[in-house]
Amino acid sequence: MAVRVGVVVFPGSNCDRDTLHALANAGAEPVALWHEQATLEGVAAVVLPGGFAYGDYLRAGVIARFSPVMRAVAAFARNGGLVLGICNGFQVLAEAGLVPGALLRNRGLRFLGRDVRIAPERLDTPFTHALARAGQPLRMPIAHGEGCYFADDATLDALERDDQVLFRYVDADGRRPRGEDRDANPNGSLRAIAGVLSSGGNVAGLMPHPERASESILGSDDGAAIIRSLVESAARAANGTPVAVGPGTPLGAAAR
Amino acid sequence: MSSHRFAVNVTPKPGILDPQGRAVEGSLGHLGIDGVSAVRVGRRVELTVEASDEGAARAVVERLAGELLANPLIEAYAIESIAGASSIVAEVR
Repeated sequence: MAVRVGVVVFPGSNCDRDTLHALANAGAEPVALWHEQATLEGVAAVVLPGGFAYGDYLRAGVIARFSPVMRAVAAFARNGGLVLGICNGFQVLAEAGLVPGALLRNRGLRFLGRDVRIAPERLDTPFTHALARAGQPLRMPIAHGEGCYFADDATLDALERDDQVLFRYVDADGRRPRGEDRDANPNGSLRAIAGVLSSGGNVAGLMPHPERASESILGSDDGAAIIRSLVESAARAANGTPVAVGPGTPLGAAAR
Repeated sequence: MSSHRFAVNVTPKPGILDPQGRAVEGSLGHLGIDGVSAVRVGRRVELTVEASDEGAARAVVERLAGELLANPLIEAYAIESIAGASSIVAEVR
């Protein structure tokens, strides 16, 4: 039986259908979860999709944080449940304190909708293990106005030390951008961070959209392995054999 | 119970990049203004609280500011009391 994976639908979500579709393609039974419901209907993983939840009023993601469904998602995450936030979903997770850091206005002030390249820092997580079979770097789109990853220096150092940086923006050759390389790191994220992991390793957020790059007809299917990783991990969690989150795997060693 | 009106001023913390402030600064040349620096753009939220006294009302605003109006990772806030709640509302109208 296909594993049930939930996608939260906030008023203003606009990537929920794409995400449901990509999850179904990856073999899951996708379940839409309305923002006003207080239970997760027994799903084995939850995705917070992209969009503009509650109009992005006040700060992107902050109003969504206090919705009934997010109380359930936070409890689920505290119990080790798998949660993936994409774009606006990442902003919601950051506002809720479920992943470290904050997403600031893009350095260039403008909304950015274009392809970027990212590289995973780890291939041993519930969100990236299937990338071991994929080529690098991964090409997929971003579409956001507030995607500049920020945390203070002490937090950034701790994230690097504890292997909580999940994805970084890279240039076409897969190299980490230097200085103000706005082509590779268009929103100006500190240390070119595109995605992070919670300290428990069961919650992840990233700004680029894997679901929009999950079939070749979309121009890239580089994101499919991220969705597939989540679905496979959810299936193992449902069977009581969760994916172990081990120490970090150096990018150069495993990703090439 | 009494009515208390407050303003919460939310600004980016020192050291946090503020591209909006920088954009405002960048436009000053077009106005022929110089000598202006360190522009920081924030937001101001005004609200009325019904409570037993001003202290109780302020405690509500503190919680609201810390949990919702400002993100303590990136923003600082200052609460100010605005005297004469009813007159302010009338002014707005």
